[in-house]
Amino acid sequence: MERPADTVADSAGRGVSAVAEPLLAVNAIEVVYSRQAMVLHSLSLSVPRHGIVALLGANGAGKTTTMKAISGLLRSERGEITKGTIQYDGQRIDRLDASRMAARGISLVMEGRHAFGGLSVEDNLRVGAFTRRDGAAAVAETLDMIFSYFPRLKERRRSHAGLLSGGEQQMCVIARALMARPRMILLDEPSMGLAPQLVEDIFGIIARLNREEGVTFLLAEQNAAVALRFATHGYLVENGRVIRDGLAAELASAPEIKASYLGFADEGMAGFTERKRWLT
Amino acid sequence: MSPLSFFFEVLIGGLLSGVMYTLVALGFVLIFKASGVFNFAQGAMVLFAALNFVGFTELGLPWWTALMVTLAAMVVLAMAIERAVLRPLLGQDHMIVFMATIGLSIFIEGLAQLIWGTDVRGLNLGLPEDPIFIGDILVSRADLMTAAVAALLVLGLSLFFTLTRIGRALRAVAEDTQAAQVAGVPLGMIWAVVWSAAGVIALVAGLVWGARLGVQFALTLVALKALPVMLLGGFNSIPGAIVAGLLIGASEKLAEVYIGPYVGGGIENWFPYALAVAVLVFRPTGLFGSTGVARV
Repeated sequence: MERPADTVADSAGRGVSAVAEPLLAVNAIEVVYSRQAMVLHSLSLSVPRHGIVALLGANGAGKTTTMKAISGLLRSERGEITKGTIQYDGQRIDRLDASRMAARGISLVMEGRHAFGGLSVEDNLRVGAFTRRDGAAAVAETLDMIFSYFPRLKERRRSHAGLLSGGEQQMCVIARALMARPRMILLDEPSMGLAPQLVEDIFGIIARLNREEGVTFLLAEQNAAVALRFATHGYLVENGRVIRDGLAAELASAPEIKASYLGFADEGMAGFTERKRWLT
Repeated sequence: MSPLSFFFEVLIGGLLSGVMYTLVALGFVLIFKASGVFNFAQGAMVLFAALNFVGFTELGLPWWTALMVTLAAMVVLAMAIERAVLRPLLGQDHMIVFMATIGLSIFIEGLAQLIWGTDVRGLNLGLPEDPIFIGDILVSRADLMTAAVAALLVLGLSLFFTLTRIGRALRAVAEDTQAAQVAGVPLGMIWAVVWSAAGVIALVAGLVWGARLGVQFALTLVALKALPVMLLGGFNSIPGAIVAGLLIGASEKLAEVYIGPYVGGGIENWFPYALAVAVLVFRPTGLFGSTGVARV
């Protein structure tokens, strides 16, 4: 079921050699909360450079925990990576503080958006540039680049982020992550609570950022149908384990995904159990 | 003197003493905003700052040198607190951090008195003693100068919060700690800055209260004066602390003068609490406090 990270080839064919080292490699990590609740069991995944990888699964499967483990946020929630390693660009990052990730080129967009409600949209974006040392002119340039992707944010740059609509807030936090000029963005449930057309818009922008700016994405999504349409690879997580992975196109037609996450099978909820959503 | 001028004299005197409550409350609000923790040690920090200042001047330092050295001491204290208390407790429940600040307050009180002794010391800031007349209203010049210093302090703080990179990051941490962290804002640095700012406020509060009450252990109790201010204004609102401080200062003096005679006086000490409780019944988060309503 789990392949060693170094054999995962970049089959997306995006001008990267087939044996290239993945940008992000999560190697058999085990995550324990409060020293007692084990949430991830030997979970591995890898994200090729310039790829878009979807992490699929139901509520409570461990998607958000995986994202938090990669971005270093576990410690502030009394979580701990007890086994395994996480490598980014060939270097271990599993002991790093969350605030160090941005400077390394990894930005997390948290589930539930987390815009700074009391700050203006522009201030939200400027906080995203906190770690940059390349001067105000370069930051202003990034701001212009971002506004070209999100014209709506430019119109609302002076509004408090708390007053934006859900879709605008999602754009605001993606834009904030982009301000750090990341090579990789971890996007947790970008579609949550958004109208289908907005979800489509946001995924469209993600695809453009990937194509035009070369940003690598790891997306955690419950909406498997949309995620697999835009992703190159997918991982299906259940009970803190990867139960299936592969090319997005293959996964989209895999029976267990169709049954559980796309809702096409006649049996409906086969293999799908309601789980209490905890520790997210 | 007409009854109206008398009313205004009491009102202005009350507002000016309210400024002093605001000064103490600001230190609490700043730390509460940035970390969600009620810092029980704020009163101890007021004492620590005042004792240091007086101690250094008694050693023969000129007042501005003593001020700078005390300022530096408050920053060092803030950094030590971040390193020794806050960082190990990262991710713990706010209640646990609050309890740690109780321990911290005992430690700081002890440290201050270990270094400087427990004698009551006078503090003379050289503020003018004689009041001035505005029309036929008598106003204390010392109180006016205190108010001016407090206004400058608040102005400086708000400029810092709105215009600087660190200030912006600090507001981001206050809004959403984890989101600020993943944006690259190091929490430890922000906490050190916030506690330093609270230390500076404690220093100003310590000087004006010390000049009034003498520099002594009882100075830690001025923190009690800040409690109703925060209840009234909201724990996380700086404008709230300002308005509530003025409101409490003015209303307690007016109540003392106009209601006091009918109930035998002594109203000033409990009136702020009664006022705060009355407000809490209708607005549980205070006049300006927010509960953090979020769109999900």
